[in-house]
Amino acid sequence: MPDLHVLLEILVIGLSNGMVLALIALGYTMVYGIIELINFAHGDLLMLGCFAALTGVSMAGLPITPGSSHAWITIAALMIIVPAFCAGMNGLVERLVYRPIRGGPKLTALVSAIGVSFIFVNIGLIWGGLPLWAPAGVVNALGIDPAPFGSSASSFKNIPALLPAENLLPSHWGVGIRMAEVVTFGTTIPVLIGMSWLIRRTRLGRAMRATAQDPIAARLMGIDTNRIISHTFLLGGALAGVGAVLLCLRGDALHFQFTGFRAGMDAFTAAVLGGIGSLPGAVIGALIIGLVRSSNDILGESLWTNAMVFAILILLLIFRPGGLLGSTVREKV
Amino acid sequence: MNASHLMAGSPWQRLARDWRSWAVLIIVAWPAIDLALPTDLRIGALLPNILAFAFLALGIHVVTGATGLLHLGAAAFVAIGAFAFAISTTTAFPFQLGFWPGLGVAIAAGTSAGVLLGLPTTRLRGDYLAIATLGFGEIVVDLLKNLDVITKGTQTLGDLPKPWLGVTLPNIVSTANAWIWWHWLYLAFIAVAVWLLHNLQNSQIGRAWIAVREDELAARAMGIPVARVKLGAFTLGSALCATGGALYACLLGNSSDPTNYDFMLSVMGISMVILGGMGSLTGALVGAMVIGGFNVIILDKMTRWLGETDSMLLSLSNWQYLIFGLMLVLMMRFRPAGVVPERRTARGSR
Repeated sequence: MPDLHVLLEILVIGLSNGMVLALIALGYTMVYGIIELINFAHGDLLMLGCFAALTGVSMAGLPITPGSSHAWITIAALMIIVPAFCAGMNGLVERLVYRPIRGGPKLTALVSAIGVSFIFVNIGLIWGGLPLWAPAGVVNALGIDPAPFGSSASSFKNIPALLPAENLLPSHWGVGIRMAEVVTFGTTIPVLIGMSWLIRRTRLGRAMRATAQDPIAARLMGIDTNRIISHTFLLGGALAGVGAVLLCLRGDALHFQFTGFRAGMDAFTAAVLGGIGSLPGAVIGALIIGLVRSSNDILGESLWTNAMVFAILILLLIFRPGGLLGSTVREKV
Repeated sequence: MNASHLMAGSPWQRLARDWRSWAVLIIVAWPAIDLALPTDLRIGALLPNILAFAFLALGIHVVTGATGLLHLGAAAFVAIGAFAFAISTTTAFPFQLGFWPGLGVAIAAGTSAGVLLGLPTTRLRGDYLAIATLGFGEIVVDLLKNLDVITKGTQTLGDLPKPWLGVTLPNIVSTANAWIWWHWLYLAFIAVAVWLLHNLQNSQIGRAWIAVREDELAARAMGIPVARVKLGAFTLGSALCATGGALYACLLGNSSDPTNYDFMLSVMGISMVILGGMGSLTGALVGAMVIGGFNVIILDKMTRWLGETDSMLLSLSNWQYLIFGLMLVLMMRFRPAGVVPERRTARGSR
């Protein structure tokens, strides 16, 4: 029987991972809700966001002392630049790839999304091999390791720590909360509240809900659905960007293929678990998946964690495709 | 072949006017052509690899091309075929079957795995089926990797038997020109599969596949047992993929690393069918030849011609994802029917 400390540790890690997942899952669920497309490239967009953050950190000038004002300014800058970058990428892809084939068969769009995902993966691979962190002259002058983020293009990249790693709580409490977790909660909770306000209260939110409910009726009511869909992609991309920065602050190693694929599948599972198309559902689903992952990683065999998430996904799709909060909708004729 | 310009003349004249007969002739006669080429340009020894890929394309052709179920986990069935063949034939385990029984075991394993996954998932709607098959693919790779007692994990199971045709085929790597026998053997396997599929597609079953793909509700209304038709197609596709896996493992002489049967392989199979033309049997084979050829021959030769380069940008294998990704996006946008579009006739389509 695991004692209380282990349970608390699972809770802290699981919930903070789940909050980051929630940001990604919202991107899936919003796009699915509005155009019924599983945006397969969403996880890889997050991966590109992580690479943008990595480039941003190195452009801010290495070395950075974790927790210094230099580091905090860098984080603040990343929180603006990376979401803007991801939103731009997502919007661009929507405009160039998905819009021209809109109205065609659903699987056509899904196959295109897989294609976009592969293009993103390749951009990540090349990005990881570029010496973007610092020009050679600067490297020598500062005495920095010329390849501080990994040995080759395809290797895992270690993100330089921006936040101190020590436990903020007294050690006899037996449970660790690091600054990264505080920042995670401090960022995601306001973002989620803001999202909820945006969807419920603003004109854009109302137009988004109307388009999701019935695109044709929405157009007849004078809503420019193309613009609304664009905005949905921009918003989803920005959320993924915030998620990417948080992921980097947590110090996970970054990989051009695995980071995007794993985060994407976890978040998609979360979105289905909560009921795809439902925004609160995505958040709840993400928290559950975060807890499932952390408890399996800590208590059980982490080798099997990925297989377990996929098993949950398949069982959900088979037995409860509507998810926890969604409703089962029959396919339209 | 109901197109009218192909109907005129004697059967031989008709065959001569169809480009496909010439393509088949060139492939069958390729050993003679290959031996006449300078050593640098010879590609024959790589051809059996591509022909093993063709089974992946044929499997996906049945599931995705003909029946319209987007299958993103085909690589898992290739892996199941390869590992079932390897486990039942390797000298590391007591079973040690020969080539033919081993192939039988692989096909049986692929078929049962197909039923197992297909039974619950073929009832799902299109995009959910795609994600469920994708998840299955990842689970299978994880299982093969983690259950290393049975699969030897990433060390791979080696020492597999060579095909026995009265005599045992020589090793393709160590024996000069041994590939010719493998080439013809694998061509014969493909010929059997194509003959089977061609007949199936012109039967009630094949027409039911097309009906389900075109409009599931209408098919149901016409009295087609949609669930059974989908499950049948899914199972047949799985069996074909498993056959390809077994042939590939046999050619390689080992089971290969489980991580080689990843999502990339599934997407490669999908790309073959989409490039060739969804629903067209010829298209699936053309797609397999082009993409298999790109992957096996072009990448191999280009890397050799460019020499060992330090520049990441010059190494073609670093652009593989981009090439496949762009191909999928551009095909969907500009030519969704593929390069060899499906022919539609009064009685169905080919």
